[in-house]
Amino acid sequence: MEKSTLLLLIILLGIATHVWSSRTAKSVAASTGKKLHSLPGFYGYFTSLWCVLPSLLVIGLWSSLEGSVITSAVLHTLPTEMTATTPEQISLIVNDIKNVVAGSRTAEISPEITAAADLFKTLSQRSNLLLTLISLALSTIGVFFARSKIAPDFQARNQVERVLTLGLIGCALVAILTTVGIVLSVLLESIRFFQMIPITDFLFGLKWSPQIAMRADQAGSSGAFGAIPLITGTMLISCVAMVVAVPIGLLSAIYLSEYATLKFRSIAKPLIEILAGIPTVVYGFFAALVVAPFIRDMGANIGLEVSSESALAAGLVMGIMIIPFVSSLSDDFINAVPQSLRDGAYALGATQAETIRQVIIPAALPGIVGGILLAVSRAIGETMIVVMAAGLSANLTANPLEAVTTVTTQIVTLLVGDQEFDSPKTLAAFALGLVLFLLTLTLNIIALRIVRKYREQYE
Amino acid sequence: MNSMSDNAPANGVAARRSIDIVREGLAKRRNAEKRFRAYGFASIVLGLCFLVVLFASIIANGYTAFIYTNVGLDVHLDGQIIDPEGSRNSKTLANADYDELWKPALLAHFPEVTERQPKRALVSFVASSAGLVIRDLVVKHPELIGTTQRIWLPVDDSVDMLAKHRMGDEAELSDRNKMTLGWYEKLKNDNRIKTVFNKDFLSRGDSREPETAGIWGAVSGSALTLIITIGLSLPVGIAAAIYLEEFAPRNRWTDLIEVNINNLAAVPSIVFGLLGLAVFINFFGLPRSSPLVGGLVLTLMTLPVMIIAGRSALKSVPPSVREAALGIGASPVQMVFDHVLPLAMPGMLTGAIIGTARALGESAPLLMIGMVAFIVDVPTSITSPATVLPVQIYLWADSPERAFTERTSAAIIVLLAFLITMNGLAVYLRRRYERRW
Repeated sequence: MEKSTLLLLIILLGIATHVWSSRTAKSVAASTGKKLHSLPGFYGYFTSLWCVLPSLLVIGLWSSLEGSVITSAVLHTLPTEMTATTPEQISLIVNDIKNVVAGSRTAEISPEITAAADLFKTLSQRSNLLLTLISLALSTIGVFFARSKIAPDFQARNQVERVLTLGLIGCALVAILTTVGIVLSVLLESIRFFQMIPITDFLFGLKWSPQIAMRADQAGSSGAFGAIPLITGTMLISCVAMVVAVPIGLLSAIYLSEYATLKFRSIAKPLIEILAGIPTVVYGFFAALVVAPFIRDMGANIGLEVSSESALAAGLVMGIMIIPFVSSLSDDFINAVPQSLRDGAYALGATQAETIRQVIIPAALPGIVGGILLAVSRAIGETMIVVMAAGLSANLTANPLEAVTTVTTQIVTLLVGDQEFDSPKTLAAFALGLVLFLLTLTLNIIALRIVRKYREQYE
Repeated sequence: MNSMSDNAPANGVAARRSIDIVREGLAKRRNAEKRFRAYGFASIVLGLCFLVVLFASIIANGYTAFIYTNVGLDVHLDGQIIDPEGSRNSKTLANADYDELWKPALLAHFPEVTERQPKRALVSFVASSAGLVIRDLVVKHPELIGTTQRIWLPVDDSVDMLAKHRMGDEAELSDRNKMTLGWYEKLKNDNRIKTVFNKDFLSRGDSREPETAGIWGAVSGSALTLIITIGLSLPVGIAAAIYLEEFAPRNRWTDLIEVNINNLAAVPSIVFGLLGLAVFINFFGLPRSSPLVGGLVLTLMTLPVMIIAGRSALKSVPPSVREAALGIGASPVQMVFDHVLPLAMPGMLTGAIIGTARALGESAPLLMIGMVAFIVDVPTSITSPATVLPVQIYLWADSPERAFTERTSAAIIVLLAFLITMNGLAVYLRRRYERRW
């Protein structure tokens, strides 16, 4: 039986068990004349859980182990001269066998491979049969065990709720596991990278050219992994973005929360927030198609030489993307400033603008700074805009009219296409990912702490 | 007493002075007020301008991709060429050389074109897929063989671009393009040019040729990926939100989980791509470029958003509901699942839709797990290689042909239409089911 059919069957069995056992519980209650501890449905759930969970566990374990067990069993039957080679060749043989099993390869098969493929097929079939039998048997045993416990004073609800709570905890732990997964995956590959390239070269090197020479005599392929130009490039583009986003975002937040009529606010705020919902790939296309040529032509008109992949274009568009982020966070914090502070300032004769500038903004400042830090972290991690609109050449420059490259752009360039996980070129992407993760993590933690503290201040 | 009388005149003087000072500065301060207000208004207008320019440039670039130029040729469906033996079986009909049918019809229309070079240029006036159009017609209606039919064939993408005036000013055109434009004008005067709705664009997979490139492959890839994402992140997100909000004890561990979730929501999406590459592809050996891996990565990415939205929805259910449920003897689990959860569901679903919309527009992490491959076939299962709509946009944006610029913009229009629908649905749900306690 196919695994998907098996799964479906077991789930159907579980549903049937639920109905059956609920009825049984009811009739048990009726026949003994005692009151059930739990609602009849809980007895149903209890038996369903015993029906479904053990076999699901077995199916999961089986599926994860099955492949490697069968493969090694098949490899043992092959003549030793075929298997006594490098791991790469063995994996080639395994591939061949799997292709034959799938029926996608017809030409040039050695008889050994055909025999192995046949064996593979029989073993898989047997394994599937065995799995079907075992899981169905487990389900049946589970059902009968659970049904034997149905009695008026059996606490079915407590048992079901315990399992349910465990499930909920498991789901909450996924978030932790994700972080652990990110840290481990990025860290392990980075450590491998730092074994090849010294960490000081990476952190303090001024030259970035990750192409490694295939042959020793190849020109221009030194393979330098200095991350400084990438980090400065990222900073340059983020700075341009913040120069655009902070004034516009902050001023519009002030206008929306302090000056605008309710009607204007209810129209303008969602419109501004549309900017946040537009996919970044659209911004990237917009930057490359409209903004970059526009800036280049403007520069040409006033006699400036602007690169067509200038940091200015990418930063500008990134700034547009971040405007709603800054504005909605600032809006929240400005609204959180108590009305009494405003009233106090007005009572002293301050105009509205003076109140805003000298009372409200200083009061909301920690929150606003936290919001801006979050926006910076977003700008640093933004990928598609810079991939599509910023350059690939790692220039060490502070001139926004030149092309620079960023950490995220380089990660994408290094990892798109064929990858070999033993070349420093691929591993460098993970080291860059580590830098990116740590950088944004620090910013986020600081920002979230500031924001949290600020929220508590006025609550 | 004494001091008061001493101060009285001095006080009066000071009061007069300060009101003068206030009056002197008043005009200036009022101007400053006006200026400040104008800055605020201007920045909102500026923000909205960006929005308008963005939409206008995308729509102006893209709407033409939904129509395509066709040329009507009087094609003689020569039985000698299609089916010389007259067997009419479908295999012969499907394999015949249909290009030999429309080429003479086109050349006959321009008897003045005799030299090799212009002739070749003339043949490339019609799209290379024209033969397929005739084939489909003949296979469907074999009785037409031997007759002459006016058949509308798609033109080449460069001709289509010329027809849509997307090649720049007429004066800047190359000689060849000028020649092609001349042919186009002549055919147009003969009423042999019409524009039709470009249904290939919506129904086909990717292609190297702009005229046959469509978004259907990418749309199905997106759909498969999103099914996985919703199927996993919705239940897990809701469960995690319930645990953290309703059952978790307040201790260091739950604090850690909370900080962690807030941080995850702000981790750059590309880092999730690295995670997917290292864990799902390299460690678990799941197939590259598949919607399965894409969906898993996007699940991990949207999960924090879902959890945060779910928790705030649960928080907004008033404690009185909980107390009432507990008061009539429900267990805490029953209280949450039977009373709190149904009330919080609309809010959770709104958050889920917004999270899913974000996942639909995401492309950076999917680049990492190989969903950028050039894939012609429409994906059929969650393990077959696929691409998604935003990545398709990225791929087309890189293509040099002018016709792809148009198609990129059109694909963006489709993507934005999906996103606007989803967000509209979220807003509708919120308005419809929002309860003020």
